Amino acid sequence: MSEETTANGRSLFTPFNIIAGIIVIVGLVLTVLRFTMGLGAVTNLSNYNPWGIWIGFDLLVGVALAAGGFVTSGAVYVFGLKKYHSAVRPAILTGFLGYALVVLALHYDVGRPWALTFPFLIQQGTTSLLFEVAACVALYLTVLLIEFSPAALEWLGISKVRKIVVRLTLVLTIFGIVLSTLHQSSLGALFLIAPSKLHPLWYSSYMPIYFFVTAIVAGLSMVIFESTLSHRYFHDKMDKTHLAENPHVTLGFGKAASLVLFGYFIIKVIGISAANHWHLLVTGWGAWYLVELLGFVALPCFMYAIGVREKKLKLIRFTALWTVIGIILNRLNVSLIAFNYHLPSSERYFPSWMEIATSIFIVTLGVLIFRFVVTRMPVFYEHPDYQDAH
Amino acid sequence: MDGSIFTLQEFYTFTKGVTYIIMVLALLGVTAFWLFLAGGRDQD
Repeated sequence: MSEETTANGRSLFTPFNIIAGIIVIVGLVLTVLRFTMGLGAVTNLSNYNPWGIWIGFDLLVGVALAAGGFVTSGAVYVFGLKKYHSAVRPAILTGFLGYALVVLALHYDVGRPWALTFPFLIQQGTTSLLFEVAACVALYLTVLLIEFSPAALEWLGISKVRKIVVRLTLVLTIFGIVLSTLHQSSLGALFLIAPSKLHPLWYSSYMPIYFFVTAIVAGLSMVIFESTLSHRYFHDKMDKTHLAENPHVTLGFGKAASLVLFGYFIIKVIGISAANHWHLLVTGWGAWYLVELLGFVALPCFMYAIGVREKKLKLIRFTALWTVIGIILNRLNVSLIAFNYHLPSSERYFPSWMEIATSIFIVTLGVLIFRFVVTRMPVFYEHPDYQDAH
Repeated sequence: MDGSIFTLQEFYTFTKGVTYIIMVLALLGVTAFWLFLAGGRDQD
């Protein structure tokens, strides 16, 4: 057998693998650069802009898009919607990888990995939201690891431990929902301390609620988006149950996302009303705000509604992608674009190519690990030894 | 009477008044939206 082929004869040098390989190599070089020569060698961060895309995209967007785990497991195990059961493991895996890569990305920004233990071992900043976020993310990552472990244990054939872990499902799900509510909202609450820096259209005392609600939308949309991609590229790994339940998952999650987006639109309008910021909507920043609110909240809300009403799965899947882009836009608006909005252009932040490349590297790692796991472990199918056992 | 807001009381009277109106419209709207969402084709 050629060294360049896999066990089933397929070539390793596919276009995807080549591109992913280049991204990983560049990412590793940048990693060495960052940790040996510091932030200044790799980023455009400054005292005016201490948080860049490693926080704005990797952390804020990453945590929001990883919310599918608690949403899906909550729907199935707390609300008893068993028809979405096949979506749980992929959602938990996506959530686990999302949070793990968020922590990895945080290492790049903090720079001294041992410093991440300080909030727990050295000094607990109990008046700090970031302390609560750190504690919740650490605990939730552990919850996700335990929630996903049955799939790995089935793959490894360790049935005794698997039996114990499966019994913890409901407790872990509840714990996960509590932790997610805490940290998703707290990430929004971080910006409450900077009313003079964040543009008043985005700044609101309701930001914690906005971030939590959009996290739910992000989770629902990411489950649909991930299942669309998985059906395209891992169709052969899926069993009949998974294939049969997928349209119901798409329709059900699309319906939920539509309703939540509607509610989110209303509370955003109420936020403007409560602060009396109507006059800001006719400014340049107001136009950009309306692009986000109308183009990426109201529009996907109706697109989801039409897709659900007319049972148009393709429309729902496209809307899921559109909504994910909208969530990314919202987080970037709050953390980077509308942040420090009053500074002159010379002081405004734009990421360096090395920051962007590092973020792409981290996302690529997530995709590669996802592919590794789903092609080996029972994520899209039930293990024959554990049929209907969970 | 030029409609300017001079006191916090006036500010909240105005903004809360508008917010209440928006909420009533929103509650009616969500009912209509739910009926719209639940309508449509029956067959899978």
